This record gives sequence, structure tokens and C-alpha cells, in this order.
Amino acid sequence: MFRRLDGTAGTTVHLTYEGRPLACREGDSVAAALLAHGHAACRDTVVGGVPRGPYCMMGVCYDCLVTIDGQPNRQACMTRVREGMVVQRQSGPREVAP
Amino acid sequence: MAHAPTRPARARPAVYDALVVGGGLVGCALAYGMHPALADIAVLDEGDIAWRASRGNFGLVWVQSKGLGMPAYARWTLHSAGLWPTLAARLLEETGIDVQLRQPGGLFPMLSDAETQARVKFMQALHGQPDMPSYPWKLLDHKEAAELVPGLGPAVQHAIWSPVDGAVNPLKLFRALHVALARRGVHYLPRCPATTITQGDDGVFRVTTPQGVLSGRRLVLAAGLNNRALGEQVGLDVPVRPQRGQIIALERTRRLLDIPLNTLRQMDEGSWLVADSQEEAGFEDRLVGLPVLATLAERAVLTLPALRDVRIVRAWSALRIMSADGFPIYQESPTHPGAFVATCHSGVTLAAAHALELAPMLAAGALQPTVSAFTNRRFHVQKA
Repeated sequence: MFRRLDGTAGTTVHLTYEGRPLACREGDSVAAALLAHGHAACRDTVVGGVPRGPYCMMGVCYDCLVTIDGQPNRQACMTRVREGMVVQRQSGPREVAP
Repeated sequence: MAHAPTRPARARPAVYDALVVGGGLVGCALAYGMHPALADIAVLDEGDIAWRASRGNFGLVWVQSKGLGMPAYARWTLHSAGLWPTLAARLLEETGIDVQLRQPGGLFPMLSDAETQARVKFMQALHGQPDMPSYPWKLLDHKEAAELVPGLGPAVQHAIWSPVDGAVNPLKLFRALHVALARRGVHYLPRCPATTITQGDDGVFRVTTPQGVLSGRRLVLAAGLNNRALGEQVGLDVPVRPQRGQIIALERTRRLLDIPLNTLRQMDEGSWLVADSQEEAGFEDRLVGLPVLATLAERAVLTLPALRDVRIVRAWSALRIMSADGFPIYQESPTHPGAFVATCHSGVTLAAAHALELAPMLAAGALQPTVSAFTNRRFHVQKA
């Protein structure tokens, strides 16, 4: 669905998404990197279990939530990619220690 | 929030049976309850920008702690809590919207000996009043409270428990009322604030709005903080003032807390609300303040340490509508018969009593002795 603009080079940053390597570009948000690789959905909603993905890309819709380096419910659109980052789909409600 | 039709299906009558000024929880609950006894009802509302307590509140259906100084208010509140399952069932049947009423009891946590002593003294004074309705309440120690709230922080030394308390989802309640009004053909008129109100010799009220003049045989002022100025136009003294409250919303988590606390609750869909601040700050509802928010957050984490890692997603402030003594005002105008005012700061808790008890009185045109304690004449007692 999305493709990068021609002639926009940049340093490659490597992260893993759902255990698979994902090559991104420095400066990408996690959401942009996921969309660039065709991952339109990155979470399942709390109430209905419906797949959702990045929408507003500016931090207000909370539809791009993912788990990053073990931290649940991170906003993918508000988080820059970092070398070695581990990103996982956010499925349903986050856990809390009792 | 509700998608009421912009062009009402029902034709606009020359004279409505009733005009309800105010489209918040109080006005909507009253309009809902006056229909179908009155067929032609219009609800006049402001636009998006309004002092809208109905969209900023915490959503408790709360009984314990109410009525010191007026046991009739405790009775009215308890009565409403008892009527709430009927209202919730009717709204579900009519609109398909489950307002998520849960009445599992409620807890008031105390985080120090001083808080416990002050609270117990308060509860004893409250329940020691003559004519105070009787309902169970109990001082729990930490261990007893922790049995009700798994993961309760050790800082919570005591809590007051009462089985009569509960909560709803206030936004779903607001939406359900709006949908029910639309389905019944009650005219909801947004961006239609009342500016001037007059009563003709024929007894008909004429309300001027930016969208023209509306006429009605009965007038119900349910305009919250605007009731003071609107009331003056029809001979009603409505001493209300704004009291600011701030709320913090946390991200959704798996279910952890089934029992509402007066300061903390987990909503039906997993998010959390932290609240119970009171500030006298005039009409300023655009600001939130770190000192209050930090205190709210600290107390929430002390109450339930598991929330330490849970993120805040937003915070807001809203204005309670406080009368001079904090109790509701229901009054017919002595100079403009057929004009009533209804105002309170507990539009959620009292929604059931408003819809099922007060509204039929308004539809019939006479307040009954069951609500006579809430007359505004109580503010005019001559000082000895």
C-alpha cells in the first residue's frame, strides 16, 4: 500500500517484528516502518479483538499500539526506530502485575 | 456524541408541551421521563463548547457520604440507586445500549489515621441524624478491604464499605439517553442556547435562541451553571456555583478492579479513571494543574500499586454544579407558574430518580411532597 519516495536514502536500522527481522530507515517511526513493510494491522482491540493499525500517525488515535522491548501499549507512531528494537503485536488488554 | 437527526422526523409544533433548557444528563433524563406523558418536547442545548459536566464526570452511582445536613438528600439518593436497575434495563431495551450499571458496593479508602478518624466521625454524624435512611456501611481494616480489592496497597489502612454503591459508564448513559430521545421523537436542538425567556398572558413561554423563538406550555431549566442567569428571568433564584474537578484517564488493561472506589475505578472496557478533586476555581475548565494531578496519581498508586507502570493517556477538568449547600434544587417559579428548575451535582446518581420520579411530576405540572426538601426556599430563611 505504501512505498518509499524515490531518492530518499538513509542509514538502515534493524529491528524485529513478531520475531522476524525488519529493515527500517533511521528517523522512521515504528508505525511508518510497519506500514512500509505492509503491516497494516499491529494490534487487536481490547473490547472486540478486532485488528487495527496506525491511523492518525500523530499520537491521538491510539490505534497503533504495540509492545516494544517488553513494554506494552506503546504508540508506534510516537516512537522512533532503534537498532535492535523488539516489537510485538499488542493483542488485547495489557497485563498488569496483581 | 449522539447522532440525532438534524431534521426532526416529527414536525415542529407551534407550541411545545414542554421546553427543556439544557441537554446534559439532567435535562435529558427529565425529557426522557416526561415523555410520553407529554408528546411534544424540545431539548434546547448549547454547542460543542459548553460547561459540560455530563462529559467530564466520573460516573459513580454513589450513596455513602451523601446527605450530612439534609437527610432527605440521602433518602433521594438511596431511592435513585434503587431505581437505577429499572432505568438501565429500559435504556437497554429501547436503545440497545448497555450503560454498564454495576452496583457491587463501593469503597472509600483512607490512607492515614487522621483520614480514618475524620471519615469515621463524618459517617457517624451523617448516620446519627434524625430521619437519616438506614443502609449498611462498615469500617474495614486493611485486611478486610484487601479481600474486596486484590492488590490493595498497604498504605490503605482502612476503608468505608457500603453495599449500596456502584457505577455506570457515564458516556454510554449520555449516549443512551440521547438515542432514546431521538427514537421517541423528542426534538434535540443543538447550538440552540436560550437567551431571553418570557411568559405571555396565555401562560405560554417564549424562549429566544439564535435559531429563532420557541414556544412551550411548560419550561424546565436544566442548564446547569446557566440556571442562575436563566432563572432570574422567570423569578427563580438558583444559587449555583462551579466547583472544578480533575480526572486522569489511564490506558486500558486487563480487568483488575471490580469494585468502584470514590477515587479510582476501572471502566467496563478496561481503562481507568482517577478522580475526586475539588477546587473553587471559578469558570475555568480549560486548565488542569500538576499539583492536583500529581496528588491524584500518587494516591491512585498508593491505593493500587499495580498501577505504577500503567500509563496516563489524558487528563481533563470539568465543573460541578454546586448549589449553596451542595444539595439539589427543584423548584417551580412563584411568579411564572409552569416554569421549573432542576439542578444538582450528581446527574449520574440521580438520573434514575430524575427520569422515573421527578420527570412525571414535571409532566403533571406539580412537584410532590417527596421532593419538597429541595425547594430553593431553604436559602431564604430569615436569619434570626
